[in-house]
Amino acid sequence: MNLIEFAILGLLATTAVTIARIRDLWAAIMFTGIYSFLSASWMLLLDAPDVSFTEAAVGAGISTVLMLSTLALTGKVEKAPTRFSPMPLLVVTVTGCALVYGTLDMPPMGAADDPIHLHPNPGFVERSQADMHGLPNVVTAVLASYRGYDTLGETTVVFTAGLAVLLILRRSTDGTAKPDGTAESNE
Amino acid sequence: MFAVASAAVLVTMTLALTRAMLGPTVFDRVLALNMFGTKTVLLISVVSFMSGRTDFLDLALLYSLMNFIGMVALLRFTTTGTFSEESL
Repeated sequence: MNLIEFAILGLLATTAVTIARIRDLWAAIMFTGIYSFLSASWMLLLDAPDVSFTEAAVGAGISTVLMLSTLALTGKVEKAPTRFSPMPLLVVTVTGCALVYGTLDMPPMGAADDPIHLHPNPGFVERSQADMHGLPNVVTAVLASYRGYDTLGETTVVFTAGLAVLLILRRSTDGTAKPDGTAESNE
Repeated sequence: MFAVASAAVLVTMTLALTRAMLGPTVFDRVLALNMFGTKTVLLISVVSFMSGRTDFLDLALLYSLMNFIGMVALLRFTTTGTFSEESL
């Protein structure tokens, strides 16, 4: 199991470097799709199927389509950098070192005396079987049922934002391009 | 047996990624991405059988659906170069 994780992390790093270096934006979008698939399977290996579900749906599905729609409005090729600038490399390296230093404080994965296993979790584990009519997954129970109103609120916010963006974009195309307000379909 | 199968799938994923990086034409890259998505589905299936958690198979289904959607979007953009409504 560990070897699979190392292999997937290696492929992730390779894909990330490729995305950063490639100049053809169409290919870069394609590599972000690969990156989403890889990171979703890595989250699955870490026993987080819900996060993996979201990553696959949003990262590999919707954001590919959204970025391609953006690419349809802009150019397909990124301008090559004229000179080497050390500042971004330095910032990225320092941030990465800080993140790695931060992980040293984290408890080992799966340890029984993690704070998450001691403080809120036992109640959820004990009660969710009875409350959720035997859902096999406690995370799903917490996300879908215990936090149901929270999720409803989030969905309302996202829906309103999407609706507002659609309304703004629709009016601008109607005003400038052609008066064709009958089409209902959207991506 | 599952370990050998997952190793083989990982090797294939590496080869597909290499082809996507090298790929001179659009179609090499599209095929490589499609194959990569399929291999992800296979890897998830193998790993879920290996760890005995077959409820992960739902995720493999979702991945294949997402792979299809992404592929259709990529190919539509490649042929038409736009997502405007008259091309739908």
